[in-house]
Order: sequence, then C-alpha cells, then structure tokens
Amino acid sequence: MIPQQASLTSRDVLVPVFSVVLALLAGSVFILIVGENPITAYGVLFRESFGSVRNIAATLQRATPLVFTGLAVAFAFRCGLFNIGAEGQLYVGAMVAAIIGVSLTGLPRLIHLPLAVVAGMLAGGVWAFVPGILKAKLGVHEVINTIMMNFIAYFLTDYLVTGPFHGGRWAPETDRVADTATLARLFPPTRLNGGIIIAVAAIAVIYVILWKTRIGYEIRAVGFNPTAAEYGGISVSRNMVLAMVLSGACASLAGVEQVLGVHGRFIQRFSPDLGFVGIAVALLGKNHPVGVLLAAILFGALRTGGAAMDRLTDVPRELIVIIQAMIIMFVAADELTRSLLRRRRPV
Amino acid sequence: MAPILEMRGITKRFPGVVANDDITLSIQEGEIHALVGENGSGKSTLMNILYGLYHADAGEIVFRGRPTTISDARDAIELGLGMVFQHFMLVDTLTVAENVILGAEPAKLRFVDYRTAVERVEALARDYGLAVDARAKVSDISVGQQQRVEILKALYRNAKVLILDEPTAVLTPQETEELFDVLKNLRGQGTTIVFITHKIKEVLAISDRVSVLRRGRLEGTRDTAETSHRELAEMVVGREVLLRVEKTPATPGETVASVAGLTVRDRRGGVLVNDVSLEVRRGEVLGIAGVEGNGQQPLVEAITGLLRPESGEITLHGQPIHGLGPMAIKKRRVSYIPEDRHKRGLILDYSVADNLILGLHSEAPFVERYLFRNAKEIAEHAEKLVREYDIRPPNPRQIVRTFSGGNQQKVVVAREFSRNPEFLVCSQPTRGLDIGAIEFIHEEIIRQRDQGTAVLLVSAELDEILSLSDTIGVMYGGRIVAVMPAQESDERRLGYLMLGGDPDTAEGAHLDTPAS
Ligand SMILES: Nc1ncnc2c1ncn2[C@@H]1O[C@H](COP(=O)(O)OP(=O)(O)O)[C@@H](O)[C@H]1O
Ligand SMILES: [Mg+2]
Repeated sequence: MIPQQASLTSRDVLVPVFSVVLALLAGSVFILIVGENPITAYGVLFRESFGSVRNIAATLQRATPLVFTGLAVAFAFRCGLFNIGAEGQLYVGAMVAAIIGVSLTGLPRLIHLPLAVVAGMLAGGVWAFVPGILKAKLGVHEVINTIMMNFIAYFLTDYLVTGPFHGGRWAPETDRVADTATLARLFPPTRLNGGIIIAVAAIAVIYVILWKTRIGYEIRAVGFNPTAAEYGGISVSRNMVLAMVLSGACASLAGVEQVLGVHGRFIQRFSPDLGFVGIAVALLGKNHPVGVLLAAILFGALRTGGAAMDRLTDVPRELIVIIQAMIIMFVAADELTRSLLRRRRPV
Repeated sequence: MAPILEMRGITKRFPGVVANDDITLSIQEGEIHALVGENGSGKSTLMNILYGLYHADAGEIVFRGRPTTISDARDAIELGLGMVFQHFMLVDTLTVAENVILGAEPAKLRFVDYRTAVERVEALARDYGLAVDARAKVSDISVGQQQRVEILKALYRNAKVLILDEPTAVLTPQETEELFDVLKNLRGQGTTIVFITHKIKEVLAISDRVSVLRRGRLEGTRDTAETSHRELAEMVVGREVLLRVEKTPATPGETVASVAGLTVRDRRGGVLVNDVSLEVRRGEVLGIAGVEGNGQQPLVEAITGLLRPESGEITLHGQPIHGLGPMAIKKRRVSYIPEDRHKRGLILDYSVADNLILGLHSEAPFVERYLFRNAKEIAEHAEKLVREYDIRPPNPRQIVRTFSGGNQQKVVVAREFSRNPEFLVCSQPTRGLDIGAIEFIHEEIIRQRDQGTAVLLVSAELDEILSLSDTIGVMYGGRIVAVMPAQESDERRLGYLMLGGDPDTAEGAHLDTPAS
C-alpha cells in the first residue's frame, strides 16, 4: 500500500462515503422522533430521486448547477484559494446571459446561445478577477473580498432587474430570453436541459486542466506550497488570479444554466444558495471533478427526494437540510482529525 | 547498575517495511544512551513504541524489572517517561509557563493558578539549569529555548527517563553546546537520557553508551569510551566510509558568476546583505562559511532571483542577471539547492516525477503544444534520475512527503545537478542528512566541479566547507569578512571569523604559518 500520487486516494473515497452513511443514520434518529419509519422514509427518498428515468432526470437537473459551483470552489481550492463568491459570480453571469438572451434577436441559435453562455462566463470571471488580483497583489484575503463581491452582485442585479432590464410583468424579473438563446429541455416535463451537457464538459475540462496541463501543474503547486512554486519559477500571483478567474467563470455557468435552461429569464434572487451549497459539494467531493459530480448528484437527489418525502410522509423536508449539514460535519471533522494527526506524527 | 528500562525483541512492521526488527535494547539508570542510525533506520519508531504512540507487533517492555504494557502516552508519562519530539508541540500564543503546565495545571477553585505555575516553572528551570523566561511567549523565543520548554514539560511531569528525538537537528552549534550542558546537568541529578541523533560527533561528545540501528535492526551497543568515530560510522552505514571527500586540486577557469557591491534589505529597511562582492570561477568551489542568519540566505536568494537586491550587480558570464525572476535565471543554466527543501525545494504532495520537473515543467519535452504535459517524457525523465541518483524507494509515482529526508534531498539534487548547470548554488546541501547521503552529495558536488561547473557552497558545517571548498569566504553580519584559499584556512581560524573575530588579528595569528 504505497501512497501514490493519484488524484484521488482510497481515503478520499472512503471518508465521504462513510460520512454520508453516518449522516443518514443520524437522520434516521430524527425520522424516528417524528414517528416515521426510517426505512419507509428513505425508501421514498430514494424512489423519488432515482426510482424512474423521470426521477433521475429531475435529480440530474437539480445537480447541474451544483456541479458548476462545486467545480468552481474545488478548482480555486486546488490553488489554495477559498472562493466563497460563487453565489455572486453566478448572479452576474446569470444577469449578463439574460441581457444577451433578451436584447439580441434574430441571431441563429448557433451564435446566440454560445454568445450568451460565454458572455455569462466572462462576467463571472471578471467578478472573481477582482478578489483574485487583490489577493495576489495586495495580499487581501479572498474570503473577505469574495463575500463583499457577493453583496455587490446581489444589489447590482437587484437594480438591473427592477430598473433597466425589468420585464413586462410586474414581478422582479426580466422578459423571457429569445428562443435562440435557450438551453433545450432534454426530458420534459422535467426541467433537465442542455446545461447538463455543459456540466459534463466542464468536469472534463477542469480535470484535464488540473492534471494534464502545465497550468494545472502550476496552480496545484501554488496551492500546495507557494514558496516552492516561486522557487520553481512559477508566478504565484499570476496563477492565483488565473485560478480565481477560471473558478468564477465556472461558477457563473450555474447562473447561466438557471436562466437559459430552467427559468427562461433572470428572476431577482432566484438562487437557493447554489453558490454556498457548492462549497459543501466541493468539500464532500474532495475537490476532485469526479467527486464533485457524485456529490452534486447526491445533493440533487436529496433535494428532489426530500420534496417528495415531505409530501408523502410525515417527515418534513427540513430533514434534508439536517442530513446535508451532518454530511458536511462528518467530512469536515475528518479533515480536522487528519490535520491533527499529521501535526502530531513525529518525523 | 540495573537497567531501568529494557526493550526485548521489539518488532514493528509498516506496510512494505519492517521498521523495527527484533530489537533488544537496555537502558541503564542515570546514563546518557545515544541511539544512532541513518534516516529511516527505525529510531523514531522504536521510541514511539516506548512512548506508547505505536504498538509493537512483537516484543516486550520491561521497566525496573517488571514487564509493562504502554498503550498510550498517558501510561508512558505515569511510568516516568518524557519525550521531546523533533517537531515541538507547543502553543505559540501561550507563554512558556502556560505551555509547561498545559494539561496538568495547578488549580485553585478550578481556575488555573497562574502565579503558582510561573513559580513552579521558574523553580524547575533553576534546579536543572534550563535558562528560559517563564513569562515569555513561545512565539518570541528561539528554537533552542523552545526545546528547553519541551524538556521542562517532561520534567514538570516528573520524567525520570527523557527521550530526545534528534534534538540537535534544529539547533545551531552554540545551542547544541548549551543543550549538552543541560543534558549533563540532568544526568548529574539522576535523569536517564535517550538521545537520538545521526551525528557521530555528538554521540562521542555526550553519550555514555551508544546503540546503532541499521535498517530496523540493532547493529550493536558499545561503551562510548571504547569505540571510535570510524567504528560507529561503519556500523551506521554498514560498510567502510570515507570520512573525507577525495578530490584533486581544482583547476579554476574563467569567472562565471560575479557579485559586486550587493546590498539586500528586509522590508523594514534592515540590512541583510551589506555590500558583498564575490567571484566564482569555472571548476571551482567557493565555500561561504558562517553561523546561520548572517546574511547567507538573502545573498543566495538574491543571486537566484528570489529576492530583489537593493543595489549592486550580479552577472553571469558578464551579463547582468539581477532583477530577473527565478525562471529567467534558471534558464541561464543556474541550478540551486535551497537550504530549506520543505519550504523551497520540494512540493511534498507532488510525486517524485513531478518534483523532478519543477522549474522545467514549462519546457520541452515535458510540455507539448505549449499547454499539455507529456506524461511519457515526465515518467522517463523520472525513471532515469531515480536510477542514476539511487532514490529509494525507486517509485517515481510516490509522493515525496513519504520519503526520508536523505531521499528527498536526493530528489532536489537529481533535478538540479542533472541539468548540467554552469553555475551551481548549494545552500546547506546536507542539512539533516545521514552519513551515507552526505557522502553521496559531497561526491556529486565535486563531480560537478570537475566537469567545469562554478559552485557556490553556503554551509554552516565547517567540516563541509573545509572538505569541499577551493576558496573560502566567511560571512558575518551581512558582510564577507574574509576570503582565503582553502589551504590557508583551518577550523580554528574560520570559527574565529564566523563569530565576528577581527580578520586582521586572525591574519596576525597566522603569521607564524608559512605564507603562500
Ligand atoms: N506511520 C508510519 N507509517 C508507515 N511507515 C512508517 C511510519 N513511520 C515510520 N515508517 C517507516 O518506518 C521506517 C523507520 O522510520 P523511522 O522510525 O521514522 O526512522 P528514523 O527515525 O530512524 O529516521 C521508515 O522506512 C519509515 O518510512
Ligand atoms: Mg526519526
């Protein structure tokens, strides 16, 4: 059992799986308290999220934006950066995609859709560039600045969606984006859309960047040991900025997918904390693209199945939040124990 | 005298390695027992078993004649064992006294009685001659003093047997001397000491008896008075060793690197390097001796582009290179063995293969089409170097963190030396390494020299400077205070200059030796 430099170690797989099992066990205590049978409740949860092709499609749809935000957080983390700003990045990305989708007409889909997607990514990238450059050049901690940028994004999009880009209806939302800019529904009546294809592509791209390119080598080197990276002629500041920009672009795709594939328009404060759940997804997925995919599907399934469980049993949907929180706690506690172990191990 | 402690037939296996193989060791009460062996020979494992941190697969521990099980550190402390790890376990933000009492606080009405604590710690420090300010914050005191705090922690818990795992690895020569005084003092008061090291000099200086481990086995135990440096070195390495590097006189050629009037300041404007000038010629080793912290590191980092000098010139073949970044300087065939391999030289979580391309990672053949890593080339490069430099275990895919210090350093050396540098900068190249690895690296440095590389060697080890250098400079207080041909220097003279002695007086002291 020689530790290999694999992108995922057996421990990285065991710990999250174990955490999920523990969280479900702990969740069953709560189910018992509300007087239900855990097996029945979890049965419903599972059936409603994976029991039919349609349910699977619904789960994947919920997972799609989480793949983007999870990847974004994971990617920045590989460079040693904690991007808490995925939420803000996805809002500006969503807004720009909506603006392009609404205001341009008469373009062929082949141009309009990619334009809206890329413009959204650029916006998210720019949004993350600001905390990135502040960190790289002035050493200001990115956690502070990504949070600040979140607030700016909320209020900026609030203004845009109620002001210049307010649609024809009274609600705080834009008009519908042109058909040529929408991501096609893949499995009606679920809202699963072309965004899932972009998500799979994003997983592949992030994987390749991290492990198959010079850029990934440099970014991970900076994440592991910035002083050694510097010694190796790697520019720490340039790579930090690059990692943040790519992370922001990836996060913004979550917003783009919601606008072009789900709602068809920008709706004020539409995101159910997709950016923040992305942090949990990255954590559970051990900052690995494949792990992120699996974690996003799990969280997607909990959301889909949780709604059904709420409807069909006495278990309230808040149980899902409890389970999510437990998962994160168990995974995080492991990091804690492991870092303690590492410090204590005499050399 | 009866043994206070015996380990009988201790065996401990880790996946793929037998760290301790049927080791039987007995420690006499009141002695200083040295445990010596190369990195990875199983010293720490054996002591961790004694301290209850690892559990032996076979064997027993006998304390004062009675078989005992030590299942965790608490048991060990109860028996009267104390351990000082190589990496201290202190809370930086607490004071010395707070650290000492942590976990065993004197309490009044459940509140920590801080005044009593300080008094007790001060009394303890006084009794054992461990000068340290009980009220100082740990983050404000030197490494040597932090080590004393660790010793105090053990004594505070009534340790009768004190185990120190490579205590001198982090100390300067002066601090080592002071530590030895402390240990002798402790022995005088009846404490039994197990002292782990891989430096034979230290064994001879301090121990009463010595046990040698090699590859997990006990090679033997000797009375220190009845053994020799040569015998111990052979037991440690398992074969005859060259205690001196064999080399022919240098044939220096033209100047390769030159530094003129170099001044480096820290952020607050303090002078780190003060108007330093030096020249390194082809086929020559210029050694810079000096007590650490006298500007050697900023000098080296300025030369290699990691630090920006305030003024002065650095040229390579007459071309100025100051102000260029580390990458640009590397590309001019400058190789650099940094003094801190964990901080600078290696990315511990990368594989050997990936570490072997650090700095070359953006060049052909390791990158193709500008962006993509060429896994095949990277693997072949690694396999070749692992073979040539005998890096063990010979697995290029294994992460470097899991390697011994000597093999980690070999990774750095392999990477930097295999680039055929024209100018090689080595800073403390053998720090913390065992005899075998030191010998290897010394031979490689001389081989580089003989191939016509200009070598700048910075080291705090006088032996190293004296055995490798052709010309020797001494650095003190940010200046090069003297430069002399190696034949005109000796340990005494360098030691005098390193501690700030007046170069002219030192010259004077040498007037009686024939001038060259
Ligand atoms: N916790 C561990 N897990 C796996 N192998 C270990 C562990 N601790 C030590 N080893 C291995 O056991 C051997 C002896 O190591 P160690 O006792 O640390 O040597 P020393 O202290 O003499 O340098 C080495 O090969 C080392 O890699
Ligand atoms: Mg050790």
